[in-house]
Amino acid sequence: MNGRLETATVPAGMTLLEFLRGRLCLVGTKEGCGIGECGACTVLLDGKPVTACLVLAVEADGGAVDTIEGEARDGELSALQKAFIEAGAIQCGFCTPGMIMSARGLLRRIPNPTDDEIVEAMAGNLCRCTGYEAILEAVRVAAQAKAVPHAGQMVAGQSAGGSGSQGGRLSSPRVPGEGGGRG
Amino acid sequence: MAELRVVGQPVPREDAVDKVTGAARYTTDLALPGTLRAAILTSPHASARIVRIDTSAALAVPGVRAVLTGADLDIRLGLYLRDKRILARDVVRYQGEAVAAVAADTLDAAREACHLLRVEYQELPAVFDPRDARKPEAPLVHPDLATYDHMRGVFFPKAGTNIAHHQKVRKGDSAAALAASDVCLEVSFDNPPVQHVPMETHAAIAHALPGGRVEVWTSSQSPYTVRHLLALAFGMPHAAIRVHVPHVGGGFGGKAGLGLEPLAYVLSRACGGRPVEIAMTREEEFNTTPSRQGLYSTIRLGATRDGRLTALEAEYVWDAGAYADYGVNVGRAAAYSGAGPYALDHCSIDSYVVYTNKVYGTAYRGFGHLEVLWGVERAMDRMARALGLDPVEFRRRNLLREGATTITGEPFTNGHGKPIECLEAAAEAIGWGRRPSAPSAPHKVRGKGVAMLHKAPAMPTYTSCAAIVKLDEDGAADVLVSGVDYGQGTYTVLRQVAAEELGLPIDKVHITWECDTAMTPYDWQTVASRFAYMGGNAVIEACADCLCQLRAVAAGALGVPADGLVCRDGKVFPRQDPARGIAYKDLALGYTFPNGNSIGGPVIGHGRYIATGLTNLDPETGQGRPAQFWTYGAHAVEIEVDTETGEIEVLRIATALDAGKVLNPLLCRGQVVGGIVQGLGSAVLEGFRFDDKGRLLNPNFVDYKIPTAKDLPREIVPILLENPQPGGPYGARGVAEHPMISVPSAIGNALRDALGIEFESLPLSSERVLEKILVARAPRPDTP
Ligand code: FES
Ligand code: FES
Repeated sequence: MNGRLETATVPAGMTLLEFLRGRLCLVGTKEGCGIGECGACTVLLDGKPVTACLVLAVEADGGAVDTIEGEARDGELSALQKAFIEAGAIQCGFCTPGMIMSARGLLRRIPNPTDDEIVEAMAGNLCRCTGYEAILEAVRVAAQAKAVPHAGQMVAGQSAGGSGSQGGRLSSPRVPGEGGGRG
Repeated sequence: MAELRVVGQPVPREDAVDKVTGAARYTTDLALPGTLRAAILTSPHASARIVRIDTSAALAVPGVRAVLTGADLDIRLGLYLRDKRILARDVVRYQGEAVAAVAADTLDAAREACHLLRVEYQELPAVFDPRDARKPEAPLVHPDLATYDHMRGVFFPKAGTNIAHHQKVRKGDSAAALAASDVCLEVSFDNPPVQHVPMETHAAIAHALPGGRVEVWTSSQSPYTVRHLLALAFGMPHAAIRVHVPHVGGGFGGKAGLGLEPLAYVLSRACGGRPVEIAMTREEEFNTTPSRQGLYSTIRLGATRDGRLTALEAEYVWDAGAYADYGVNVGRAAAYSGAGPYALDHCSIDSYVVYTNKVYGTAYRGFGHLEVLWGVERAMDRMARALGLDPVEFRRRNLLREGATTITGEPFTNGHGKPIECLEAAAEAIGWGRRPSAPSAPHKVRGKGVAMLHKAPAMPTYTSCAAIVKLDEDGAADVLVSGVDYGQGTYTVLRQVAAEELGLPIDKVHITWECDTAMTPYDWQTVASRFAYMGGNAVIEACADCLCQLRAVAAGALGVPADGLVCRDGKVFPRQDPARGIAYKDLALGYTFPNGNSIGGPVIGHGRYIATGLTNLDPETGQGRPAQFWTYGAHAVEIEVDTETGEIEVLRIATALDAGKVLNPLLCRGQVVGGIVQGLGSAVLEGFRFDDKGRLLNPNFVDYKIPTAKDLPREIVPILLENPQPGGPYGARGVAEHPMISVPSAIGNALRDALGIEFESLPLSSERVLEKILVARAPRPDTP
């Protein structure tokens, strides 16, 4: 479990989602539907994205589970997390853990995904707030940051005036034709 | 105005770190010791008498602590019209209505007990179409409507009918103007009810405390309204109720007003004060919690041959569903906006909010405007065509401009923004006037369309809010408000405003991420794109209060008059002598002289804002001043339609809004893109379907599709104009709802352009589009 050994005895019918949230208090993983239709509960099981509401806890026995709580390492946000912040890919944030875990699964499988592969990998995760554009952009940016390890332009997003790639967009009174393209 | 340092910058969200790490806590992530879990049983019938409920088997389930039915609860709830029970009592009025609730040690036990409840129903006549429900012979959904408490002078429920509210707007003499018009047309349109679909379903925890007090944690847009309505419902003093709102996973209007809080409270009370948590399943979110009302519109337009609109008449019949507490206000707001942003001397609108036996309606992003403008903006295109005019040109001639008055008699000024500039910018961005580019396949066709939008916050005339800004020991500032940021970005904007006003860098300004009616100051509720405006003004005033306190203490410390002191870069200094500055951190708790003497005290600023100059509308004519500010905009789209499947692809959508001032371009863009895609859902995917017994057929994500990452338009072009709003913070207006409004209208107009076929009903699903294509192609039987 996020690189740690967890030992537990669970009822046969308990889902992985209930186990994570109820037993391990890993409540970063969200429930949006409980029946495998929204992706909010996405975690990695042996490196592959699964919807934790449809996996039984016992199916994870002996396996490796990665959740959103394990995404930042040693207090340092991952490139994916930083990219989500910088791209404005978060509004209410309820879909965010599942989105990041789906993206993590994709980047493990395909470090340099095409736009189509990104859309395909993220299409099972519903977001009602963002309209997806910034989320897809964040995954694209994170993939590139990985390909070029020390791109160095990303910060955790607290600085004055929000340094970063979005500077000045839409801030002028009229910007017909500005931005909005996909890539 | 001095150059802005922070306002207008693309500052990322402060809560983003908590949200990408899973640390952000939503209602069901909070665990109080001993919390019980609750489940509900819902009605399988749309209209029935509850003859009896046998709870014995349910009570026998191990772990069950309480079973409640409507018979236990003689309370009516509501904000504008108190028509709803906590649990159905005596009768059920829609399929999906909660009839009983169980609290138990585990959710499994609560659900098992719900299955074991035996309810005997006697089916009653039902009515599902609001047009039928208006007929005299229709069964009454609320036979006791006459006795319901409501906001008097604003809403007018009609006793003995299914009409919960009738809003009239009368300006000039529309009948005479229509009769004298060169060209008249009448068209009808309809919208189905839809769901908000926040990714976090409704959830609440209540902890009934000794002495008749209660503490509530809830996924809500409205901490103070929840407190107020709980106080009214249960006859409790306000101070006995403490409402917390942690992070909220989306609301879009569906979490305004009261939600599950009263039910959680009565369950907690029934369990001897154990905390009780209740959360909707996704199916219950569709089928039990409120939706967006359906609408049937009939619109008559008149125009002169040279393209001047002479009159508009409209009848809007809202499908309120079984309860209309919030729906009445949607019907009201959509009436005073119900002619679109056009200059009209003659206008007559009747907006009826009508009860039916279906899941009930509430606020949803756009608050009735997407629905009425689906009709108005389609009708404008038809009129343009009837006159042989380009739709952009026709609109340009008729849009509101300086010197015109709105349909409620409000003079339109340049301070309202520039709808014409919005139209021109959006049209230009998609190459309006040039034929669409060649389709990508022979069986595909392309078309272009435009549509206007407008909206003002719909709120009581006395709506107010407050802000507190307090300085920390290190000279940083904390902002406290009770507007909720459930994703829209207001908190980041308020931090920017405070940083700007206080002369601090953004990383020295924080905002408290839990609303708490015992700690954070009053706000009415977070709806209607009003909080950046109202909360922004309150924060500006609170900051001014802080600065005044800082200057007063610094004046004492420096021995100079306060009015010669400047606050900037975290320091207070004499204008002539910046080197003699004192840092905020040395003033925040009071100033201490070298000899130990101290003056001042903790710096805490208070600011407030109340809606100004609004009036109730005349009941007969709708004349008055309903709006604090208006936001105008336009969409222009180019689409491609697959004539073999009926599928619509949006190639490009340009959305121009007159924001007054863009306070944060990163987050503003997020609102625009998110709103457009949500509007796309209403346009082509979403709509409730019911069977002939009024049962909802699509309460899940398989049968009720919302847009996914695959449904994005190929190109989105947000255009933000900045014609300042007098009275807005830095000239800003609200823009959170607006991007969604009129997306269906623009796509419908583009569809007409592409196919030559008129569509009157939403959604423009591939099935519906294909069906019309096939009908249009079929050889006419009467032509040889
Ligand atoms: S909660 Fe698991 S897919 Fe929705
Ligand atoms: S950010 Fe709210 S659902 Fe995605």
